[in-house]
Amino acid sequence: MASLKPGEANLGTTIMAVKFDGGVVVGADSRTSTGTYVANRVTDKLTKVHDRIYCCRSGSAADTQAIADVVNYHLDLYTAQHGGPPTVSVAASLFQEICYQNKGNLSAGIIVAGWDKHNGGSVFEIPLGGSLHQQQFAIGGSGSTYIYGYCDKTFRPGMSKEECIQFVKNAVSLAMARDGSSGGVIRLAVITPDGVERTVVYGDRLPTQYSD
Amino acid sequence: MTSIGTGYDLSVSTYSPDGRVFQVEYAQKAVDNSGTAIGLRVKDGVVLAVEKIKHSRLLVPGSNKRIMTAGRHIGVAAAGWMSDTRHLVKRARDEAHHYHSVYKADIPAKIIAERMGMYVQAYTLYSSVRPFGVSTILACVDTDGPQLYMVEPSGQFTGYRGCAAGKGKQAAKTEIEKLKLEELTVRDAVKEAARIIYAAHDEAKDKLFELELSWICAESGMLHAHVPADVLAEAIQHAERSLDEDDDDDDEMEDEDL
Repeated sequence: MASLKPGEANLGTTIMAVKFDGGVVVGADSRTSTGTYVANRVTDKLTKVHDRIYCCRSGSAADTQAIADVVNYHLDLYTAQHGGPPTVSVAASLFQEICYQNKGNLSAGIIVAGWDKHNGGSVFEIPLGGSLHQQQFAIGGSGSTYIYGYCDKTFRPGMSKEECIQFVKNAVSLAMARDGSSGGVIRLAVITPDGVERTVVYGDRLPTQYSD
Repeated sequence: MTSIGTGYDLSVSTYSPDGRVFQVEYAQKAVDNSGTAIGLRVKDGVVLAVEKIKHSRLLVPGSNKRIMTAGRHIGVAAAGWMSDTRHLVKRARDEAHHYHSVYKADIPAKIIAERMGMYVQAYTLYSSVRPFGVSTILACVDTDGPQLYMVEPSGQFTGYRGCAAGKGKQAAKTEIEKLKLEELTVRDAVKEAARIIYAAHDEAKDKLFELELSWICAESGMLHAHVPADVLAEAIQHAERSLDEDDDDDDEMEDEDL
């Protein structure tokens, strides 16, 4: 099974995606570490693979960047051949194909989320082995283990866009507070038919938690 | 034929001086000798029909199908060499399967038509191969609704509302053009398709034939399937009745002449 090589940059990471009526909210912390050293404290783990489809990357920084590049290429090709944009499920399927076929050599846990005209907002999770799960919301990365309880308790189907944004901010900041490999700022993207809205919550503006 | 004896018709890798590839045109002739195949795209589905000419009374009814399934939602009707058809249908199945394994979605009609077109076209490029002697009519229902394409021996693939290939293609096309395809339902289209195949059939040349009918519609669960026996029987009845009516009309005309 894949493990990080000595010195390999790791997206210790908390990532998350939630769907709402008319789109999705994706969020992530911004810490990249090599061991205990923070290699980058303002990383962007939300990577665009098509106009309305993003992926949240966790695991090896190099592996997930390479996978996102390959999927991005295939989605551009798909758009040219089909004469229109792919669905989120097509993008997720491409991620899965790569993650599964190369499972022995990759360290990648990916959430694929976005909007398409056939299904509206949708969220897919591809954990380490390369399986594919469609979900109402998804959390991933080392930090996610600390917030399963919070997310399961807090999530309600049918939340508004604003409620989803707040949910992601709270959950990710809770994980960042407890997980040593997550931290920095919260990066967010709200994907709707109208476009993608990117925002940042700086480290000193995070929702305050009991542990602070 | 101007091509004969000039030496320009011996290979697909040589153009004639006026820019034609005769081998491809001969392949088209192989299609024109075959029983008629038609496709109708209507508002709620697609219908395929072929006139399967029987060379022997000993053939088991329903054997040697000329309409095949290339994917759950894709039907193929063929006019031309059946051996070539089976090869192309296998290719279509492989393409549909591969597409699904990559995208986890059913292959759209225009993509499978394009890929089949590309495949057929490759056999018009090399002197070591012969072009396919078959036109395939692809029926498909995808996210854009009912679709109909025809792939010809040249590799040309075209989307249609209604199309025909084989012996009776001229007669069939004339009949198809009279239909209001956007207003028909598949139930109507099945009857019309049967009527057209019977009308295009030339009793003088081929005595025995069998009608094959398939559809993709809500009734078939949006999957490609041969029509149920009762629907087929009803369609044949309709076709035979309208043929008789035409004959009666002709007789009346003759009476007036007298």
